[in-house]
Amino acid sequence: MLKVTLRNLAARKLRLILSAFAIVLGVAFVAGSLVFTDTMGKSFDNIVYGTVSDANVRFESDGQAGLEMESVNLDARSLPASLVDEVANVDGVERADGNVEGQGLFVVKENGSLLGGTGAPTLTFNWNDAPNSAGDQIATISSGKIPEGPDEVVMDERSAENAGYEVGDTVSMLTAGPEPQLEAKLVGIVEFAGGGLAGATLVMFDTPRTQQLFLGGQDAYTTISVAGEPGVSEQQLVDRITPLLPDGVEAVTGAKLAEESKSLINTVLGFLNTFLLVFAAIALVVGTFLIVNTFSILVAQRSRELALLRAMGASRRQVTRSVLTEAFVVGVLGSTLGLALGFGLAAVLKAIFGQFGLDLSGTALVFSPRTVIVSYVVGILVTMVAAWFPARRAAKVPPVAAMRDEVALPEGTIRKRLVVGVVLALLGAALMAIGLFTDVARGPAWLGAGIFLVLMAVAMTSPVTALPVLALAGVINRSLFGTVGQLATENARRNPRRTAATASALMIGLALVTTMSVLGSSINRSIDAGVDEQFTTDFLVSNAIGQPFSTTVAEEVAKVPGVEEVSVAQTVVFGVEDRNVYASAVNPATLARIFDLTYESGRAPESTAEIAFNESMAEQLGVSTGDEIELEFPGTTLPATVSGVYADTYVVGPATVLVQLVDEAGLKRADSSLAVNAEPGRDLDTVGAAIEEAIADVPTVTVQNKADFAEAQRAQVNQLLYLIYALLGLAIVIAVLGIVNTLSLSVIERTREVGLLRAVGLSRRQLRRMVRLESIAIAILGALLGIGAGLLFGVSLRSAFSEEGITHLSIPWVQLVVFVAIAAVVGILAAVAPAWRASRLNVLRAIATE
Amino acid sequence: MTDVPWHSYAENMTDATVAARARDLVKTYGKDDAEVHALDGVSLDVMAGEFTAVMGPSGSGKSTLMHCMAALDAPSAGSVVIGDTELAQLKDKELTRLRRDRVGFVFQAFNLVPTLTAEENILLPLSIAGRKPDPDWYQQVIDAVGLADRLKHRPNEMSGGQQQRVACARALVGRPSIVFADEPTGNLDSTSGAEVLSFLRRSVDEFGQTIVMVTHDPVAASYTDRVVFLADGKVVDELRKPTAETVLEHMTALQQRAMSTSPQEH
Repeated sequence: MLKVTLRNLAARKLRLILSAFAIVLGVAFVAGSLVFTDTMGKSFDNIVYGTVSDANVRFESDGQAGLEMESVNLDARSLPASLVDEVANVDGVERADGNVEGQGLFVVKENGSLLGGTGAPTLTFNWNDAPNSAGDQIATISSGKIPEGPDEVVMDERSAENAGYEVGDTVSMLTAGPEPQLEAKLVGIVEFAGGGLAGATLVMFDTPRTQQLFLGGQDAYTTISVAGEPGVSEQQLVDRITPLLPDGVEAVTGAKLAEESKSLINTVLGFLNTFLLVFAAIALVVGTFLIVNTFSILVAQRSRELALLRAMGASRRQVTRSVLTEAFVVGVLGSTLGLALGFGLAAVLKAIFGQFGLDLSGTALVFSPRTVIVSYVVGILVTMVAAWFPARRAAKVPPVAAMRDEVALPEGTIRKRLVVGVVLALLGAALMAIGLFTDVARGPAWLGAGIFLVLMAVAMTSPVTALPVLALAGVINRSLFGTVGQLATENARRNPRRTAATASALMIGLALVTTMSVLGSSINRSIDAGVDEQFTTDFLVSNAIGQPFSTTVAEEVAKVPGVEEVSVAQTVVFGVEDRNVYASAVNPATLARIFDLTYESGRAPESTAEIAFNESMAEQLGVSTGDEIELEFPGTTLPATVSGVYADTYVVGPATVLVQLVDEAGLKRADSSLAVNAEPGRDLDTVGAAIEEAIADVPTVTVQNKADFAEAQRAQVNQLLYLIYALLGLAIVIAVLGIVNTLSLSVIERTREVGLLRAVGLSRRQLRRMVRLESIAIAILGALLGIGAGLLFGVSLRSAFSEEGITHLSIPWVQLVVFVAIAAVVGILAAVAPAWRASRLNVLRAIATE
Repeated sequence: MTDVPWHSYAENMTDATVAARARDLVKTYGKDDAEVHALDGVSLDVMAGEFTAVMGPSGSGKSTLMHCMAALDAPSAGSVVIGDTELAQLKDKELTRLRRDRVGFVFQAFNLVPTLTAEENILLPLSIAGRKPDPDWYQQVIDAVGLADRLKHRPNEMSGGQQQRVACARALVGRPSIVFADEPTGNLDSTSGAEVLSFLRRSVDEFGQTIVMVTHDPVAASYTDRVVFLADGKVVDELRKPTAETVLEHMTALQQRAMSTSPQEH
């Protein structure tokens, strides 16, 4: 039996390569995601392990929530220099070095634009030669010299290169502090012990200059790196240092610090991995359809041969097994190629992320055994599961069929499929509802499972739902293309199951694309509506990625002629009952003159002991006007009374507090955005240009009017949307392959019919048109089913997310029509090869009866 | 009956006209040592308005001859003329058009497109060409074939004989100058076969249709006007006004001759 199986494989190479291709793509995505995230993890591990010391003194933070808080807030706390000396004198401590980490510094490139921009951050430290836990110096100067004095700076090599600076050049920088612009001479190139920086920019001044820039000139530090003497364990160091430390300051071992950093990185990588794997799963599901179809057709073509095997005494199980063995071989081949392709894909991802500033060029791609195992298991399993259905049907071919002329494979009834389909749809809808409307853990997973089931239900029932669509296609084709059109449609209708399965692959891709486009369009519409309603200011000055900027910018803007009012806002994060809340710290008086916030209850905060929430946040926190709550900042906890609740809005965060609270909370002042109104009667373009002029030397900030603002918001949504479209494009590629495969096999199956048609006078061109029309009918069927399902998903998701700010539903009809048109093009493209093949069929061979 | 369409058609086709002519046809397959001469210099004139049978043992080249004459296959050498068109000069497009407009086909099996009804199958060549059937002629063919009540049926709802009669009707409805039938009764029982053959006979007698039929069945050959015998790629014998008995006699004679010339085969 094995011999027969292998012969079959060899005889149908092209078919199997086509169906294996679906597996190749799916596995490539799985392998690519894993290799890429492993590589990223490795790269960050290098950095983490290269930069931690035996013991590290720092302000206590509250796990990941605390880290998130620190990344947004400009922490004003510091450790006195005397503490460094005290720690250094502890028994067993070889040395202790004080570090100053600065936030909000940007390097201006030689051409005047910002280095890094929206990508990886800029890390600013004081230069010192502290060792890491492996005993290597954390930062080393690879060329030039160390920075000394207020006018010298060192940078990492890649950043210096990207910014266009060489040692000896004068580097311009921007800070969020009181000295918004500064210049220093680049005197050296610095590198971290871990190798790369994952695209981050590293900038180092000498200690006094760093303290001056970030700690108001006091002789203090933000962290202390402690190196132990030989024989002293990290834990011993920590135990001995801890008694010296003031409240709110802690010492942690290098191992613990590394673990913390890694777990934070892993969380982020986990999101990325899940995101990529979701698309891998979509590709595999679509691929499954392709494989089911290919094997069904192959089995149908071979049914006589299978019957012969049965007649000669092969058992049902042997027949099933022979088909499954074929699948296994295809799975192994597909997985192997997929693995190789996945490696390439990871390299491409690495390059793309490099473009966006996450440079991993310091780390080679990581090819772990896990990647290999997962890829093979997934690839082989999917192929064999997909081939199982046709294999079982193959076994049902009765031996007597070998004697018959025409062999029809036994088929399950359509009614059974309908029933199962409806049950699946209901189940899927229920799961979607649970994911959307209840507080169940892992809501998105429930939602995804629900969507998956509904898609399967649509696929199951599509042989039935396809009929009216195909009937309509028949009428249109016939009236446009006469007999050729009729033949084409009849071919598509001949085996509704096969047509529907082929179309289903496209259906899934388009359903998801449509869902995203309905959501995207609704989000954009909601943004427009929200901006219309609430962007009552003339201009908004802000940083593209929400980085804070110096408060001197507001002063400059206020001086611009024609500017009447400037309302500042700083984004701060604090904890409320273990939950991080992003708040806008504002001046409520000027804010009210510019923005029109609708208070559902209460009023705006009037003192630093008051806070107002938007409706969603108040609901999430379960607080209402008049409640007393506590705001947990990194260094302190402040009591506050909820002064009011306002309607959700895009123009301020989910909470607003007084700007004076920033100082009380132990944070540094810097603005995140400025709302600016011009004097009445002023020409807005002139004022806008004047503001632009005033802030021209601070490229971290831009000025936007209402249209710019809405556009920028939409651009963010669209960028994400395009990324998702690009990934879903993969599913569509597989679907196209599916159509190619089905058509090619159908053409082969109908060789004699094709010969007959050619004999009675069908021209090659007409024959090609016939195949093409069949292909278009399949593609449009898939598109219509997909768009229908996608509309359903999109509309229900939109209404589920209406509380989260997608207040308006917008169905992008034009886009949907474009999708159908694209599907038609896809159909035409998919038909090229099969149509060519059909037209080249030898008429004689086609009709030969022997 | 003077203005019946087929009548005027038949009038133009006097017995003297040649509907199709093959000259020195050679068809070889394979190369060098493995070279097989399926046709080895066949010349044949098919007379218009005649029902001609081509017979011969298997391997004699009868099917190849028909395929070459019907523009389905190209000969290695020699010429085929249908009406006054030399096939060798035609490209695929023109061959297709010739098949569509001037040649009718009936095959042994798989004669109909399964997705189309009987009526649609009959009209297929015309609708491919974008032509409308002549309604009178269409009615006449339908009546003659005796399938007026089955026109809306699909092939799988009809018997083999009925399917083959639909195929005959399809071959005739476009008024081709010549119809080629390749073992049209090969897959049918004798009753159904007789139906089909009677219909072909009638279309020659009543409509003046030219038909060439490849068969190995002496009974089928007895329906024709003339039987041409092929052996080893050559025309070896001919018989006019055949009966089943005379055909059988000729075949037996041919077989004996073949056995005496190549005794090693037995």
